[in-house]
Amino acid sequence: MKKILVNGNVKGSILKTEMPINFLGIVDKKTGVISDKNHELYQKSIKDSILLFPSGIGSSVGAYTIYSIKSNNSSPVAMICKKADLTVATGCALANIPLVIISDEEFSSLENGQEISIDTESANIIAKI
Amino acid sequence: MKLSREEESALKGEQGEIMEMAYRILVATGEATDAEKLVPIEWAHLSGVNYNTIGDAGEEFLSGISKDARVKVKTTLNPMGFDIDNASNYDLDENFILKQLSIRNSYETMGVTPSFSCIPYEIFDIPKKGTQVAFAESNAAIHANSYDNLKTNKESAFSALASAITGKSPYSSLRKDDLPNLTIQMKVKNANELTYGMLGFFAGKVGDVSVNISGLGKMDTRQCKAMCGGMGTSGTCAKFLFEEGQPGIEKVDFDEKEVQKVHDELNTAEKGDIITLGSPQLGLEEISDLTEKLKGRSFEKQCMIFTPRTVKEQAKKIGYIDELERAGCKVLADCCTCLTPLINKENVDAVTTNSIKGAFYLKNSNGVDVNLKSLSQIIADEAK
Repeated sequence: MKKILVNGNVKGSILKTEMPINFLGIVDKKTGVISDKNHELYQKSIKDSILLFPSGIGSSVGAYTIYSIKSNNSSPVAMICKKADLTVATGCALANIPLVIISDEEFSSLENGQEISIDTESANIIAKI
Repeated sequence: MKLSREEESALKGEQGEIMEMAYRILVATGEATDAEKLVPIEWAHLSGVNYNTIGDAGEEFLSGISKDARVKVKTTLNPMGFDIDNASNYDLDENFILKQLSIRNSYETMGVTPSFSCIPYEIFDIPKKGTQVAFAESNAAIHANSYDNLKTNKESAFSALASAITGKSPYSSLRKDDLPNLTIQMKVKNANELTYGMLGFFAGKVGDVSVNISGLGKMDTRQCKAMCGGMGTSGTCAKFLFEEGQPGIEKVDFDEKEVQKVHDELNTAEKGDIITLGSPQLGLEEISDLTEKLKGRSFEKQCMIFTPRTVKEQAKKIGYIDELERAGCKVLADCCTCLTPLINKENVDAVTTNSIKGAFYLKNSNGVDVNLKSLSQIIADEAK
């Protein structure tokens, strides 16, 4: 665990990608579906997932995309990244989506589809369930 | 991050909901970038203006906060989705126009200068060397750090807004003079602005916070802006230095192979139905150069040119706009290629452009195909 950027206590299933995400460019702000044919998550919805990805990239307006998917009930329940970036950090801060930054080793140890809980007040923070 | 007593009180909500929200955003920004404190800034540039990008949630958010929020420092604004003078020429629905004007109104109520431009560095005076600013709009943040001797984070729409309202920003690594950990060696000969856009796109992918680029010759305005736009699109990197880097630093080459990779990723069509120039928007120098290049020629399909309103007005006085219109161009103020509703897949299959940034968003957000060409190639192929 490197740091906690937005607090919270949630459970969910991991949606993992090794590719960074340009929220403005490739996430539908109403449905949370990925539109980029070159992306691993193409046509998948990030709704209700615990989204595990290296970092956000690209447009500064992506923070609004995160706020929009939350307002439209299409957002992940939490996000986990390897690297903190301001688009994701501030989008999650305003939308109140828990966000934690983890090490490369922890990132590798978490798998797509795994059920986990995130509790930023607990000692472990991330626990497999 | 350490906060002063007054900052703590704002974060606790003792100075109202707006300040509490602004400080919550600044703290998340500071934690994300390992800043130890907040520093004053003199200028904020905001993104999150186009209704197409921020949607109903964004429009309602801005309308809500504009009742109480006021900016504390000079604050300028990114492009919106359309040019009100040309609205009737395009198939815009009433809801879009209504919501777009509401967004404009909210920003003006907060005290923001309605510049509607993604090139603040070209249309406003640059403050003295080393001035702390907070620029959202990725190409502008990169330009400010790399060419204008200013200091900014690669702000998000919300961190820049929080900085505008508080007059402060976290003292993150981009505000200090931290050295890059990577040098990109430019190996492509006879590079044009399209190549530099690709170099930027590549740099954004491999760079972290900042990056050295070696082997660059003298670049013109169009090429510099293309590189900033490309880099802002693909990564988190927000500054380049034109240096070799310290001994032992990791090096990567940008060569013809990498050019081909970016081309394969972003070029999806052999020709376009229309041409777009601008993302970033064109400044007066580029408009003047384009007018010169189009002397005695005319585009056979529509060419949309995006520029700030102040530049369009100057260009009109000099006579450039009449010349460009004669040559088949439509010059649009206040908006830009990226996510404008003026270009959509119902009316257009493919767009020819020299902008890497434009190509990425046209393809992924507007959902149209893209034909990438340098400006000189576009003129050679399309203007007779």
